[in-house]
Amino acid sequence: MKSTLFNMVAVLFSITLIASAGVGAVNMITADAIAETKAAATKQAVANVLPEFDTNEQSEQTIDDMPIVVYTAKKGDKTVGYAVESMTKNGFGGVIRMMVGFTTDGKINNVNVLEQAETPGLGTKMCDEGNALLSSIQGKNSWEVEFKVKKDGGELDALTAATISSRAYYEAVARAYQAFLVASGAKDKADGVSGATAAKSASKEGNTAQEGGKNE
Amino acid sequence: MNKLQIITGGIIKNNPTFVLVLGMCPTLGTTTSAINGMGMGVATMAVLIMSNLVISLIKNLIPDKVRIPAFIVVIASFVTIIQMLMQAYVPSLYASLGVFIPLIVVNCIILGRAEAFASKNGAIDSMLDGVGIGLGFTLALTAIGSVREILGSGAIFGYSLGIADYMPLVFVLAPGAFFVLGYLMVLFNKFVKK
Repeated sequence: MKSTLFNMVAVLFSITLIASAGVGAVNMITADAIAETKAAATKQAVANVLPEFDTNEQSEQTIDDMPIVVYTAKKGDKTVGYAVESMTKNGFGGVIRMMVGFTTDGKINNVNVLEQAETPGLGTKMCDEGNALLSSIQGKNSWEVEFKVKKDGGELDALTAATISSRAYYEAVARAYQAFLVASGAKDKADGVSGATAAKSASKEGNTAQEGGKNE
Repeated sequence: MNKLQIITGGIIKNNPTFVLVLGMCPTLGTTTSAINGMGMGVATMAVLIMSNLVISLIKNLIPDKVRIPAFIVVIASFVTIIQMLMQAYVPSLYASLGVFIPLIVVNCIILGRAEAFASKNGAIDSMLDGVGIGLGFTLALTAIGSVREILGSGAIFGYSLGIADYMPLVFVLAPGAFFVLGYLMVLFNKFVKK
């Protein structure tokens, strides 16, 4: 077809119109299915890191400008644990998202990495069962742990040849712990060395987040 | 050119990775494991078949000077559609390929075939070209992914061979992609293409 101005404008306009209609139609069909799969994945992720529960409530916080979601799991009327969906942007491949499960007394029950783009065979080991990162914090009382790898003067193991990934992992766990402290109101328990400062900054962040919520 | 030749041509004579050397970015980036390479290849093939078909159907309606933007819009729409379908119905594959799926839009194999083949040939031939080139790309990526996974992490399609500790990790990292691609390209052109 000849490339007159009218032709070009008309053809490009029609193509984009038809294309966006097509994409819109598929979006309408798949939107529900995508939302369902996401919700199911979240539910599964919460179940993976916590002991058995019936219901969970969801609340959101903002820590270091990152959205952190806390799921409070209850069996009957009794709270059995908190699952915190935490994240960091400092992974070797960018964002790492994880679900961290805390028992009511602040022990780390389990950690489940939801999303990562680390180096295959190195950083991706953080997703494996019983990897060095998980096993060095699992079952420990969070307020007794300083979330630092040995290389940085801490006591926690790192993955071989993946120090950056390991640092990011612990950073996200530490952030989850801050959110846990706010959500559970367990600040008074955290009179340990690292816990106290974390609790303070966490409660501060929590307050700002709430105020921000009111303004909206 | 008969129909079968179009397909085999895409796999061997015009193999997009080893002969045309197109689409190097996803080739090097996604082939850290065999399954990732294969998933990327299949997703690219799906987009390629659909975009080749549509472009060959509308090629006479598109003014020459705006054909590239028109092609890109068609390709981008199909990529978005496939992305949404994968997200809805095969979430596990979507999770492992996630960031690479939108990048299919800028894969030059697809625009290259639209320009070099679909805009000059009929609908059936263009679809077959999509199948052939798509298969060629998928096989090449699976081969590169397999070699890198075996050499780098001592596993194949995720099944550990129990030799992971003795393998040079460099093959799953970026430099290893270049090594493996280079040697496979040599072997392919020496033995398969003739």
